[in-house]
Amino acid sequence: MYFGRAIGPYESELVANAQLLSKSGGGILASDESTGTIGKRLVSAGLENTETTRRDFRELLYTGEELGKYLNGVILFHETLYQSTRRGERFVDVLTKQGILVGIKVDKGLKPLPKHPEETYTEGLDGLEDRCKEYYKQGARFAKWRTTLKIDVGKSLPSEACIAVNAAGLADYASIAQKSGLVPIVEPEILIDGTHGVDISAVVAEHVISAVYEQLRVRQVLLEGTLLKPMMILPGSSWPEKVSPELVAAVTIKAMRRCVPAAVPGIMFLSGGMSEEQATVNLNTINILAKSDEKELICPWSLSFSYGRALQSSVLGTWGGKEETREDARTVAVSLARANSLAQQGLYEGPHPTTLQVSNLIEGFRGWRDPADPDHKI
Amino acid sequence: MAAFVGSSVSVFVGDRSVLSCSRAGRRVSESGRRAVVTPVKMTYAAGIFEKSNPYADELKATARYISQRGRGILASDESNSTTGKRLAIVDLENEEVNRRDWRELLYTAPDLGKYISGAIMFEETLYQKAADGTPFVDILKDQGIFPGIKVDTGLTALPRTDAETATTGLDGLPDRCAAYYKQGARFAKWRAVLRIGDGCPSDAAIIENCHALARYAQISQAAGLVPIVEPEVLLDGDHDIDRTAYETEKVLSYTFRFLNEYDVCLDAILLKPNMINPGGDYPTPPTPQDVASYTLRTMLRGVPGAVPGIHFLSGGMSDAEATENLNLLNTIEGSERAPWSLTFSYGRALQIAVLKTWSGKPENKEKAQTLLTALARANSQAQLGKFEGEHPSPEAKTRNWQPLRLV
Repeated sequence: MYFGRAIGPYESELVANAQLLSKSGGGILASDESTGTIGKRLVSAGLENTETTRRDFRELLYTGEELGKYLNGVILFHETLYQSTRRGERFVDVLTKQGILVGIKVDKGLKPLPKHPEETYTEGLDGLEDRCKEYYKQGARFAKWRTTLKIDVGKSLPSEACIAVNAAGLADYASIAQKSGLVPIVEPEILIDGTHGVDISAVVAEHVISAVYEQLRVRQVLLEGTLLKPMMILPGSSWPEKVSPELVAAVTIKAMRRCVPAAVPGIMFLSGGMSEEQATVNLNTINILAKSDEKELICPWSLSFSYGRALQSSVLGTWGGKEETREDARTVAVSLARANSLAQQGLYEGPHPTTLQVSNLIEGFRGWRDPADPDHKI
Repeated sequence: MAAFVGSSVSVFVGDRSVLSCSRAGRRVSESGRRAVVTPVKMTYAAGIFEKSNPYADELKATARYISQRGRGILASDESNSTTGKRLAIVDLENEEVNRRDWRELLYTAPDLGKYISGAIMFEETLYQKAADGTPFVDILKDQGIFPGIKVDTGLTALPRTDAETATTGLDGLPDRCAAYYKQGARFAKWRAVLRIGDGCPSDAAIIENCHALARYAQISQAAGLVPIVEPEVLLDGDHDIDRTAYETEKVLSYTFRFLNEYDVCLDAILLKPNMINPGGDYPTPPTPQDVASYTLRTMLRGVPGAVPGIHFLSGGMSDAEATENLNLLNTIEGSERAPWSLTFSYGRALQIAVLKTWSGKPENKEKAQTLLTALARANSQAQLGKFEGEHPSPEAKTRNWQPLRLV
């Protein structure tokens, strides 16, 4: 039993980087889709899932002008961490030069939880320490590990086992990442799928996040050197009524205050299927509300974004794989980042730079999948 | 698992739940009755506090009032036995009239209500009246002070532990809380105690104490009383300040985990923790800077922002320490991020000097009351980060150690 912190030599660097990532006016671009996931999106856009295509797409996301004004960090997939632009400049250098911290997805995907149909745990602990050290050497300074939990009140989901296993997994990962100098983003994503209302979402989120922080404490994770990546509190995707951004903001702040320790510097919301515009408007409304002087709305952490689809979907749509649309696509990428940077400060005003006409970006393969599905390996 | 409203035998053993979320495996209860869990339909809707508790708004408003800036709590809820020991210091018999006179002195101190927002009482006191027949609850309310009530029934030894304790009082608690509410109480208090030593606090002691604390809080809220949640890690021992921080973080983590399990609304509780000090027998006394920075760090790590107020216990600190540490806590770097009030719920630090000034003599009553108000004011100033000058207590530097009493 020890009474101090055995984080290792990176303690002050972790704290400093966590603060940089959660700095006001910026957020995170989550572009760490695995080959399988990004592949599905490229193919739906009429493109081939090749290394070159993947590289070309990510280059559009990272090389826009003044991107560094709006992004504090970018999360990469393993392959991308070692890729370069067409002209041979390493992506890591492209980003670092702009003052953007490089992050790396370190989990190895979702696996079905035995004896718990429809629920998953996350793989990737084996050899994690060595991988993290390699990534640090390559230039990464933060990491990300995604767990998912599903709400189904009728089936008593998320189950106790699902919460226990995923919370413990997050704590293991966070502890190892910190030891290797990477700020861990802790992501307990409560999937948007379901028929439940917003009150249920709130109660489940408080419960899950509370269990996660218990495990982080057990593993002596330095909270000041972590970030949280939760879902905003929304009703299930099949809930019939629309909810206003004001309601989302109010219930989200209330829930986060009940379960996220003040020592955590930043809450970086995931977009999880919200449309690009919805993700921006909701974040904006949250930050307007958080500026209030009322004691019941005091938010001791910054409230920002770590968006994947909400920062990329229009970019892919605009590009479509053609040379002549690359510049436009790059501009759209920056506009999306800028809109969310403004939203982080509660200063966003429309119109939204999205080029899509969709009400959501829900993807069925982002959560549980039937193990009998031959395509289920992510 | 979580959010069960209405327990089923396969999950609870008697009054205790066995929490297995804190381990990745499954924990077996003492009697082995923990069966394979069949999925029980979860009544999450009942877990939504604002929908299921008719006192929801009142509870939140009371908690906000008590934890407002510049105010704190007077803890005057000593049991009759403990009060008897105090009265003995000034050569008074432990009789009801003396206990009544002592509390009357406290509650009628002029201007006390400017600095005190809540006073915790023992059961006898809740039903007592001043010499002129005015009920104490009315005297307090007129001062703008919420009456509170200690609802635990004392400490008992935990078998097979090294001098660790559990707190009693869950049986019959719903009925007692309802009666106290009727009498005018609007908040409650329950003291859990953990000690630091070799292998202490043990898992058993932490789980037992935090479980009972959360069950009390749940019952209290259901009856309309704001629960003060007090997980006291004792000052006794010779350990260093890092050890206290570690153990307090652990205890706070378990506390909030259990509060969450039992659907206690954090917006409607108050926390009463210890500040982070080295053990009383540690060779070097702590600096106020150390106490303040360790305490703030521990609170930031362990207490969700929805809790409106953290009311520190004095726990044996001297009157000067209690005030100066609180003052520094409210001014050091990082305190501006505090989402809760950092304030006080002091017993000994507001009473011992006053008791001695009174000495049980009517001619000293006014002087004693003036001192009480001055002490309350000093700590109110400390809550605002504005305390300066000489401490009003005549024994400012004496630590007020009190042995643990088991029922």
